[in-house]
Amino acid sequence: MTLAPAWSTLPGFPGADPAAGLAGGALIGLAAALVLIGLGRIAGVSGLAARAFGLADDGPPRGMAVLFILGLPLGAGLVYALTGLGLGAVADWPYLLVAGVLVGLGTRLGSGCTSGHGVCGIGRLSARSIVATIVFICTGMVTVAVLDMLKVAG
Amino acid sequence: MMRAVLALLTGILFGAGLAVSGMTNPVRVRGFLDVGGRWDPTLVFVMAAAVAVMMLAWRMQRRLLRPLLAEKFVLPTRKDIDLRLVAGAALFGVGWGIAGICPGPAFAMLALLPADATIFLVGLFAGMAVFRLFSSRGRHSR
Repeated sequence: MTLAPAWSTLPGFPGADPAAGLAGGALIGLAAALVLIGLGRIAGVSGLAARAFGLADDGPPRGMAVLFILGLPLGAGLVYALTGLGLGAVADWPYLLVAGVLVGLGTRLGSGCTSGHGVCGIGRLSARSIVATIVFICTGMVTVAVLDMLKVAG
Repeated sequence: MMRAVLALLTGILFGAGLAVSGMTNPVRVRGFLDVGGRWDPTLVFVMAAAVAVMMLAWRMQRRLLRPLLAEKFVLPTRKDIDLRLVAGAALFGVGWGIAGICPGPAFAMLALLPADATIFLVGLFAGMAVFRLFSSRGRHSR
Protein backbone atom coordinates (compact mmCIF):
# COMPACT_ATOMS: atom_id res chain seq x y z
CA MET A 1 0.00 0.00 0.00
CA THR A 2 1.28 3.45 -0.80
CA LEU A 3 0.40 6.97 0.22
CA ALA A 4 0.14 8.05 -3.40
CA PRO A 5 -2.78 10.02 -4.71
CA ALA A 6 -4.22 8.53 -7.89
CA TRP A 7 -2.25 11.00 -10.03
CA SER A 8 1.11 10.06 -8.59
CA THR A 9 2.28 7.79 -11.34
CA LEU A 10 5.25 7.61 -13.63
CA PRO A 11 4.71 6.27 -17.16
CA GLY A 12 6.62 3.04 -17.63
CA PHE A 13 7.16 2.50 -13.91
CA PRO A 14 3.91 1.16 -12.43
CA GLY A 15 5.42 0.70 -8.97
CA ALA A 16 6.82 4.20 -8.67
CA ASP A 17 5.35 6.88 -6.45
CA PRO A 18 7.04 10.18 -7.38
CA ALA A 19 4.69 12.45 -5.39
CA ALA A 20 5.19 10.55 -2.15
CA GLY A 21 8.91 10.49 -2.90
CA LEU A 22 9.09 14.25 -3.39
CA ALA A 23 6.95 14.99 -0.33
CA GLY A 24 8.90 12.63 1.93
CA GLY A 25 12.20 13.81 0.50
CA ALA A 26 11.27 17.43 1.20
CA LEU A 27 10.49 16.52 4.84
CA ILE A 28 13.82 14.69 5.16
CA GLY A 29 15.61 17.69 3.63
CA LEU A 30 13.79 20.10 5.94
CA ALA A 31 14.76 18.06 8.99
CA ALA A 32 18.41 17.92 7.90
CA ALA A 33 18.33 21.67 7.11
CA LEU A 34 17.00 22.47 10.60
CA VAL A 35 19.74 20.34 12.17
CA LEU A 36 22.35 22.28 10.19
CA ILE A 37 20.96 25.79 10.69
CA GLY A 38 19.66 25.29 14.23
CA LEU A 39 22.20 22.92 15.77
CA GLY A 40 25.20 23.43 13.48
CA ARG A 41 25.59 19.72 12.70
CA ILE A 42 25.26 17.22 9.88
CA ALA A 43 22.10 15.10 10.17
CA GLY A 44 23.85 11.82 9.48
CA VAL A 45 21.85 9.02 11.07
CA SER A 46 24.72 6.50 11.28
CA GLY A 47 26.93 9.01 13.12
CA LEU A 48 24.11 10.13 15.42
CA ALA A 49 23.19 6.50 16.16
CA ALA A 50 26.78 5.59 17.00
CA ARG A 51 26.94 8.60 19.30
CA ALA A 52 23.55 7.94 20.91
CA PHE A 53 24.47 4.35 21.76
CA GLY A 54 27.97 5.12 23.00
CA LEU A 55 29.73 3.62 19.98
CA ALA A 56 31.52 6.82 18.92
CA ASP A 57 33.89 9.02 20.89
CA ASP A 58 33.39 12.14 18.84
CA GLY A 59 30.31 13.70 17.34
CA PRO A 60 27.41 15.78 18.58
CA PRO A 61 26.34 16.11 22.23
CA ARG A 62 24.99 12.75 23.30
CA GLY A 63 21.62 14.10 24.46
CA MET A 64 21.02 15.66 21.07
CA ALA A 65 21.85 12.39 19.30
CA VAL A 66 19.55 10.39 21.60
CA LEU A 67 16.61 12.74 21.09
CA PHE A 68 17.04 12.80 17.31
CA ILE A 69 17.17 9.00 17.11
CA LEU A 70 14.15 8.73 19.44
CA GLY A 71 12.27 11.03 17.08
CA LEU A 72 12.70 8.71 14.08
CA PRO A 73 10.23 5.97 15.16
CA LEU A 74 7.94 8.64 16.65
CA GLY A 75 7.70 10.47 13.32
CA ALA A 76 7.30 7.29 11.29
CA GLY A 77 4.76 5.93 13.80
CA LEU A 78 2.75 9.14 13.48
CA VAL A 79 2.62 8.75 9.70
CA TYR A 80 1.67 5.07 9.97
CA ALA A 81 -1.09 5.92 12.48
CA LEU A 82 -2.50 8.71 10.32
CA THR A 83 -2.34 6.95 6.96
CA GLY A 84 -2.46 3.24 7.65
CA LEU A 85 0.62 3.04 5.43
CA GLY A 86 2.14 -0.42 5.53
CA LEU A 87 5.51 -1.96 4.81
CA GLY A 88 6.42 -4.59 2.27
CA ALA A 89 8.15 -7.87 2.88
CA VAL A 90 11.23 -7.83 5.06
CA ALA A 91 14.17 -10.22 4.65
CA ASP A 92 14.47 -13.25 6.93
CA TRP A 93 16.31 -12.68 10.18
CA PRO A 94 19.74 -14.09 9.25
CA TYR A 95 19.86 -11.71 6.29
CA LEU A 96 18.69 -8.81 8.47
CA LEU A 97 21.44 -9.53 10.97
CA VAL A 98 24.22 -9.84 8.38
CA ALA A 99 22.96 -6.75 6.57
CA GLY A 100 22.95 -4.83 9.85
CA VAL A 101 26.57 -5.77 10.58
CA LEU A 102 27.69 -4.70 7.09
CA VAL A 103 25.74 -1.43 7.32
CA GLY A 104 27.11 -0.69 10.81
CA LEU A 105 30.72 -1.43 9.91
CA GLY A 106 30.47 0.18 6.47
CA THR A 107 28.93 3.43 7.64
CA ARG A 108 31.55 3.93 10.37
CA LEU A 109 34.41 3.04 8.04
CA GLY A 110 32.99 5.21 5.26
CA SER A 111 31.99 8.07 7.60
CA GLY A 112 28.32 8.14 6.70
CA CYS A 113 25.24 6.68 5.10
CA THR A 114 22.34 7.74 2.88
CA SER A 115 21.54 10.76 5.06
CA GLY A 116 24.99 12.13 5.88
CA HIS A 117 26.60 11.48 2.49
CA GLY A 118 23.55 11.13 0.24
CA VAL A 119 21.51 14.11 1.45
CA CYS A 120 23.73 16.50 3.44
CA GLY A 121 27.04 15.83 1.66
CA ILE A 122 25.68 15.90 -1.88
CA GLY A 123 23.74 19.06 -0.98
CA ARG A 124 27.10 20.57 -0.06
CA LEU A 125 28.67 19.20 -3.27
CA SER A 126 31.26 17.34 -1.20
CA ALA A 127 33.41 15.16 -3.47
CA ARG A 128 33.81 12.57 -0.68
CA SER A 129 30.05 12.28 -0.30
CA ILE A 130 29.38 12.12 -4.03
CA VAL A 131 31.93 9.30 -4.40
CA ALA A 132 30.58 7.45 -1.33
CA THR A 133 26.99 7.71 -2.61
CA ILE A 134 27.90 6.45 -6.09
CA VAL A 135 29.84 3.56 -4.54
CA PHE A 136 27.09 2.43 -2.16
CA ILE A 137 24.37 2.70 -4.79
CA CYS A 138 26.51 0.62 -7.18
CA THR A 139 27.38 -2.10 -4.67
CA GLY A 140 23.74 -2.11 -3.54
CA MET A 141 22.59 -2.67 -7.13
CA VAL A 142 25.15 -5.43 -7.67
CA THR A 143 24.10 -7.10 -4.41
CA VAL A 144 20.41 -7.10 -5.34
CA ALA A 145 21.24 -8.46 -8.81
CA VAL A 146 23.39 -11.25 -7.35
CA LEU A 147 20.81 -12.20 -4.69
CA ASP A 148 18.14 -12.18 -7.39
CA MET A 149 20.22 -14.53 -9.46
CA LEU A 150 20.69 -16.85 -6.50
CA LYS A 151 16.99 -16.46 -5.60
CA VAL A 152 17.65 -15.78 -1.96
CA ALA A 153 16.75 -13.05 0.53
CA GLY A 154 14.45 -10.14 -0.17
CA MET B 1 16.12 23.21 26.37
CA MET B 2 15.39 24.70 22.94
CA ARG B 3 18.19 22.57 21.53
CA ALA B 4 16.66 19.41 22.98
CA VAL B 5 13.25 20.30 21.57
CA LEU B 6 14.73 20.95 18.12
CA ALA B 7 16.72 17.68 18.21
CA LEU B 8 13.56 15.69 18.99
CA LEU B 9 11.47 17.65 16.50
CA THR B 10 13.96 17.19 13.66
CA GLY B 11 14.11 13.47 14.44
CA ILE B 12 10.31 13.28 14.23
CA LEU B 13 10.29 15.23 10.94
CA PHE B 14 13.03 13.02 9.53
CA GLY B 15 11.21 9.84 10.58
CA ALA B 16 7.95 11.14 9.10
CA GLY B 17 9.76 11.94 5.85
CA LEU B 18 11.22 8.43 5.69
CA ALA B 19 7.77 6.90 6.17
CA VAL B 20 6.01 9.19 3.67
CA SER B 21 8.69 8.68 1.01
CA GLY B 22 8.58 4.90 1.26
CA MET B 23 12.19 4.67 2.45
CA THR B 24 10.97 2.58 5.40
CA ASN B 25 9.61 0.01 2.95
CA PRO B 26 12.38 -2.48 2.11
CA VAL B 27 10.52 -3.55 -1.03
CA ARG B 28 10.62 -0.01 -2.41
CA VAL B 29 14.29 0.46 -1.56
CA ARG B 30 15.28 -2.88 -3.07
CA GLY B 31 13.13 -1.96 -6.07
CA PHE B 32 15.34 1.09 -6.58
CA LEU B 33 18.46 -1.06 -6.42
CA ASP B 34 16.93 -3.66 -8.76
CA VAL B 35 17.99 -2.04 -12.04
CA GLY B 36 17.99 -5.35 -13.85
CA GLY B 37 14.42 -6.14 -12.81
CA ARG B 38 11.36 -3.97 -12.28
CA TRP B 39 13.22 -0.78 -11.42
CA ASP B 40 11.41 1.57 -9.03
CA PRO B 41 12.84 5.09 -9.48
CA THR B 42 10.96 6.60 -6.49
CA LEU B 43 14.18 6.98 -4.50
CA VAL B 44 15.50 9.36 -7.16
CA PHE B 45 12.63 11.73 -6.31
CA VAL B 46 13.27 11.36 -2.57
CA MET B 47 16.95 12.21 -3.01
CA ALA B 48 16.26 15.06 -5.44
CA ALA B 49 13.82 16.79 -3.08
CA ALA B 50 15.97 16.27 0.01
CA VAL B 51 19.18 17.42 -1.71
CA ALA B 52 17.41 20.49 -3.18
CA VAL B 53 16.28 21.60 0.28
CA MET B 54 19.77 20.92 1.70
CA MET B 55 21.39 23.00 -1.05
CA LEU B 56 19.34 26.00 0.11
CA ALA B 57 20.30 25.22 3.70
CA TRP B 58 24.02 25.15 2.85
CA ARG B 59 23.64 28.56 1.16
CA MET B 60 22.04 29.93 4.28
CA GLN B 61 24.70 28.29 6.43
CA ARG B 62 27.48 30.15 4.60
CA ARG B 63 25.91 33.48 5.58
CA LEU B 64 25.60 32.60 9.25
CA LEU B 65 28.36 33.19 11.79
CA ARG B 66 26.93 30.54 14.10
CA PRO B 67 23.94 28.20 14.23
CA LEU B 68 20.74 29.60 15.71
CA LEU B 69 20.84 27.39 18.82
CA ALA B 70 24.48 26.34 19.21
CA GLU B 71 27.83 28.05 19.75
CA LYS B 72 29.44 27.01 16.49
CA PHE B 73 29.12 24.90 13.39
CA VAL B 74 30.84 21.52 13.68
CA LEU B 75 31.12 20.21 10.13
CA PRO B 76 33.26 17.70 8.24
CA THR B 77 36.42 19.26 6.83
CA ARG B 78 38.04 16.30 5.07
CA LYS B 79 38.24 16.43 1.30
CA ASP B 80 40.45 13.42 0.51
CA ILE B 81 38.99 10.35 -1.09
CA ASP B 82 40.76 7.40 0.51
CA LEU B 83 40.39 3.63 0.55
CA ARG B 84 38.55 3.71 3.86
CA LEU B 85 35.79 5.91 2.44
CA VAL B 86 35.35 3.75 -0.65
CA ALA B 87 35.60 0.42 1.20
CA GLY B 88 33.18 1.59 3.89
CA ALA B 89 30.66 2.84 1.33
CA ALA B 90 31.01 -0.43 -0.61
CA LEU B 91 30.30 -2.55 2.49
CA PHE B 92 27.38 -0.33 3.41
CA GLY B 93 25.94 -0.75 -0.09
CA VAL B 94 26.12 -4.55 0.17
CA GLY B 95 24.24 -4.50 3.49
CA TRP B 96 21.75 -2.00 2.10
CA GLY B 97 21.12 -4.27 -0.88
CA ILE B 98 20.65 -7.41 1.24
CA ALA B 99 17.97 -5.96 3.53
CA GLY B 100 16.76 -2.82 1.75
CA ILE B 101 17.30 -1.00 5.04
CA CYS B 102 19.73 1.78 5.98
CA PRO B 103 20.23 3.34 9.44
CA GLY B 104 17.45 5.99 9.39
CA PRO B 105 14.71 3.62 8.21
CA ALA B 106 15.93 0.95 10.65
CA PHE B 107 15.04 3.20 13.60
CA ALA B 108 11.86 4.45 11.92
CA MET B 109 10.76 0.82 11.34
CA LEU B 110 10.77 0.23 15.10
CA ALA B 111 7.33 1.86 15.00
CA LEU B 112 5.79 -0.77 12.75
CA LEU B 113 7.96 -3.89 12.64
CA PRO B 114 9.83 -3.76 15.96
CA ALA B 115 11.10 -7.36 15.85
CA ASP B 116 12.61 -7.11 12.35
CA ALA B 117 14.00 -3.62 13.03
CA THR B 118 15.58 -4.81 16.28
CA ILE B 119 17.38 -7.72 14.57
CA PHE B 120 18.82 -5.33 11.98
CA LEU B 121 19.79 -2.82 14.69
CA VAL B 122 21.55 -5.51 16.76
CA GLY B 123 23.66 -6.22 13.67
CA LEU B 124 24.19 -2.50 13.10
CA PHE B 125 25.51 -1.93 16.61
CA ALA B 126 27.69 -5.04 16.38
CA GLY B 127 29.22 -3.70 13.15
CA MET B 128 29.79 -0.30 14.74
CA ALA B 129 31.34 -1.91 17.82
CA VAL B 130 33.73 -3.92 15.62
CA PHE B 131 34.81 -0.71 13.92
CA ARG B 132 35.33 1.00 17.25
CA LEU B 133 37.43 -1.88 18.54
CA PHE B 134 39.73 -1.76 15.54
CA SER B 135 39.93 2.02 15.29
CA SER B 136 40.93 2.35 18.97
CA ARG B 137 43.54 -0.39 18.49
CA GLY B 138 44.92 1.63 15.61
CA ARG B 139 45.15 4.67 17.84
CA HIS B 140 47.13 2.84 20.50
CA SER B 141 49.57 1.22 18.14
CA ARG B 142 50.34 4.41 16.24
